[in-house]
Amino acid sequence: MAAQRGIVIGGGAFAGLALALALRQGLGPDLPIIVADPALANRPSRDPRATAIVAACRRLFDALGVWDAVAAESQPILDMVVTDSKLEDATRPTFLTFGGHVEPGEPFAHMVENRRLIDELVIRAEAAGVDLRATAVTTFDSRADGVSVALGDGSVIEAALLVAADGARSKLRERAGIATHGWDYDQSGIVVTVGHERDHDGRAEEHFLPAGPFAILPLTGKRSSLVWTEKRAEAARIVALPDDEFHAELEQRFGLHLGEVKALDKPRAFPLGYFVARSFIGERLALIGDAAHVIHPIAGQGLNMGLKDVAALAETIVDAARLGMDFGQIDVLERYQRWRRFDTMTMGVATNVLNVLFSNDLPFVRSIRDIGLGIVDRLPPLKGAFIKQAAGLSGEVPRLLKGEAL
Amino acid sequence: MAMQSSYSDASASSVDASEVAKFSKLSEEWWDPRGKMAPLHKINPLRLTYIRDAACRKFDRNVRSLNCLSGLRMLDIGCGAGLLCEPFTRLGAQVIGIDPSATNIAAAKLHADKGHLSIDYRCTTVEEMDVRERFDIVLAMEVIEHVVDVGAFLDRCASMLKPGGLMVVSTLNRNWKSFALGIVAAEYVLRWLPRGTHQWDKFVTPDELAHHLSRNKLEITEQSGVVYNPLGDRWTLSSDMDVNYMVVAEEV
Repeated sequence: MAAQRGIVIGGGAFAGLALALALRQGLGPDLPIIVADPALANRPSRDPRATAIVAACRRLFDALGVWDAVAAESQPILDMVVTDSKLEDATRPTFLTFGGHVEPGEPFAHMVENRRLIDELVIRAEAAGVDLRATAVTTFDSRADGVSVALGDGSVIEAALLVAADGARSKLRERAGIATHGWDYDQSGIVVTVGHERDHDGRAEEHFLPAGPFAILPLTGKRSSLVWTEKRAEAARIVALPDDEFHAELEQRFGLHLGEVKALDKPRAFPLGYFVARSFIGERLALIGDAAHVIHPIAGQGLNMGLKDVAALAETIVDAARLGMDFGQIDVLERYQRWRRFDTMTMGVATNVLNVLFSNDLPFVRSIRDIGLGIVDRLPPLKGAFIKQAAGLSGEVPRLLKGEAL
Repeated sequence: MAMQSSYSDASASSVDASEVAKFSKLSEEWWDPRGKMAPLHKINPLRLTYIRDAACRKFDRNVRSLNCLSGLRMLDIGCGAGLLCEPFTRLGAQVIGIDPSATNIAAAKLHADKGHLSIDYRCTTVEEMDVRERFDIVLAMEVIEHVVDVGAFLDRCASMLKPGGLMVVSTLNRNWKSFALGIVAAEYVLRWLPRGTHQWDKFVTPDELAHHLSRNKLEITEQSGVVYNPLGDRWTLSSDMDVNYMVVAEEV
């Protein structure tokens, strides 16, 4: 019998599953680790979205043993181009290019389809002896010395710690009475997968169109994933258009540089917002991923922020458990909060500034940002620092993000 | 491993209910990381790491194992409410915690019971213990600066070590800096400790400590200063042994 009590993770998406695997690796086979999420019943996953996994997070997946299985179907981002243009401009002047390597041979990021990654995480977690329950955490009662967690299947688990990984509208966060602060952007991100005639050569593009960023992210084959920002009402109108009219809107923004383009799935619009939880921890409770923060997707950092939470919390728990400490205690959890909350606030503010700066068609604002991008483009050290920051390799980096086992 | 406490009868009828409430309150105070004992909680991970790492090296254990001290018999002298005893019990050690304060021992027992940890707490002193008891590890953390005769105390501790055993001692050095930081700052300015906790003339220099240990055929094999970093609000190991320091001693 393990001397330590177990950990319940409410939420079985990327963050929850990755945390479960990291903890299993670091804590050994005896300590109970339970992931509860009704969505675990839906296998295989049918999530149509794709995600940019930055270098640090790829290292984390590598350390967890899941990267090899998804590597073959991932598309490295070899190169990035940023342009700033009006819709009717015939050509789009390039202001910023990034050669996409953080280390020789290690691309800045990879595009991975969500369902591949989720399915692999579930398989690995199951094989590692994580207790996966296709049910929700219905309620919990936390005290100084432990937490009782009630699940939808009627069981009650006495645990050392409950982790809220249940997404932006986290019920666990709400039940703990942790408020959030943030704002709504009145923008939506339209997500759609497209096919195109010519190869993208691993190039990611971000076009700052008047309504906001329009990102083309390369997938395997002659396919790309789009994240296309519009005012909320306009986004709703666009996704509801008949196919031929949608195609016209798409082509106007996508351009013809990759030849003929067509949508491969039904476009969907996601409202964009920003918030940070006022605290990432509570009594016997830690918040990770979207339950702790949601940021604007302008810099493609949302999931990666969640995986940094995973790496920092896993390291905090494992280090404390190896000292025999009761790792659910508030002084242990405070290390996690100090580690993550400041970084999250910084990223939230930075993405907000980017969005204000780039979702704007005033000539004065455009000239400022173009000068800024031009300067960044000509200063290799500054560009290098941005790439490191975007790749998640700045600041005090948790061991898992360096690719080291816990 | 059997986790039920051998002290589950701590609240038996012979104990006055108001006494139990008092111990319970004391136990909560000791164990509240943000309460009165916050400074001790803050320094605790560093002490745990130092002792665990020394023990794992000595007894050839894997520091990554959650059971790395299994089977080792450990004595914690001046255990208070068990801030070291509980973690080392979780790591598999068979821990005996002694403290001359009956209230500390009662508070320690209550807390261990709650966590279903089996720890042998005794209200006693090393001098009163059975001379035949032997331990793999003897801890004297922040106690020698409070004893009347350091030499006699360390002789007694050394005699309880099994052959090949390990002793870890932490204390305060005696010089002008430890007076300024250990007493004036800690007790009067920052108020980490109640006034009068320490008497500076009872502090022990590393040389004196080494002298007492070598008389018992124990050699200091590791030593480290412990310093507070106000920027990170945390304690770290340091080569500066002027104030707080820890040593590991083994048979020559």
